[in-house]
Amino acid sequence: MNNLKVLVNGIIKENPTFVLLLGMCPTLGTTSSAINGMSMGLATMCVLILSNLIIASIKKLIPDAVRIPSYIVVIASLVTVLQMLIKAYAPDIDKSLGLFIPLIVVNCIILGRAESFAAKNGPIASIFDGIGIGIGFTIALTCLGAVRELLGTGSIFGFTLWSENYGMLMFVLAPGAFLALGYLIVVFNKITKKA
Amino acid sequence: MKKLKSSLTNMLVVLTVITIVAAGVLASVNAVTAPQIEKINAENLAAGIKAVMGSDDIKVSEPWEVDAFTAYDINDKQGNLLGKAVVTTENGFGGPLKVLVGFDTEGNILGYTVLEHAETPGLGAKAGEWFQDKIIGMNPGTNNFTVSKDGGEVDAITASTITSRAFLRAIQNAYDKIIAGQDVVSGASQQASAADMGTPDVIE
Repeated sequence: MNNLKVLVNGIIKENPTFVLLLGMCPTLGTTSSAINGMSMGLATMCVLILSNLIIASIKKLIPDAVRIPSYIVVIASLVTVLQMLIKAYAPDIDKSLGLFIPLIVVNCIILGRAESFAAKNGPIASIFDGIGIGIGFTIALTCLGAVRELLGTGSIFGFTLWSENYGMLMFVLAPGAFLALGYLIVVFNKITKKA
Repeated sequence: MKKLKSSLTNMLVVLTVITIVAAGVLASVNAVTAPQIEKINAENLAAGIKAVMGSDDIKVSEPWEVDAFTAYDINDKQGNLLGKAVVTTENGFGGPLKVLVGFDTEGNILGYTVLEHAETPGLGAKAGEWFQDKIIGMNPGTNNFTVSKDGGEVDAITASTITSRAFLRAIQNAYDKIIAGQDVVSGASQQASAADMGTPDVIE
């Protein structure tokens, strides 16, 4: 499969948030603001690219019956290494993302792509899939975070547009997240149907 | 079949190898990053203590622990006692709320900083900034150090009463135990297993 097509596929046709509906937990939990959503998306993309690459490279050595535990060990180790590196060399990122990094391990997107793509394709294609799905996820999370931050607090990326007192508190919390996500899926489907 | 057969031997060998490699990678990354992480934590604590005491011109003692509190005696460069900085923990809305608070010798609050929390972003998480202009200068021994909903003098964070109560309780407990030398029962200290090293002579 053409690698560029693989990449674009991850952003549009198989967007993890709007089409595959994977990784809903961090999607709803980390999008209380646009910058949080974007940071979470980028961190997940890093893990996804590396895990896809590693799994695609060693897939021939893993017996079918133990592939899930093997993938999970790889993914969990990657996230732990990422967390240690961030804590040691990028403490500012650690301050803003802190709680969310370890949550990447349980993000269904990582294991899902490992199972459905990396296990069946070569390492280079898997890297492109990781990039594409990662970009799709980041865009989705940034949009959702921006909507929730704007409606909930009146600011976007930290820039105040109107006073927080006019914000709808619901959008900062879980129920608003579900609603905002639902409507974004509607918008996404409408846009991509024409494409 | 391009994959290895799922025989018992193959499965055992592959899983063992993968986990050994993972353990090796994790151990080496940890060895490389642990000293750096230690250093950053120590710097944050030192900077935090300077910030809450409101001055750079200080000498910080070795930490001493009482119940679940960690306290530092703060002296100026001439050796006069300026006050104490205390790390205090209380159960917040989403998990432990860890606060570093600086008291002067009378127990007036000089400053605070939230070290760790699991509160809701945009709500309880604002505790780091919200109380800065509200409790500095107050004295938990003389002021009514609770939220206005409970009849106290402090404005709680809008829609985050639980976080606000926990925050104030953490500081009140720190004052009671470390500054006033009383016995304190707090939600967090009941879970602490640190042996009581005896109450130091802190009553001014």
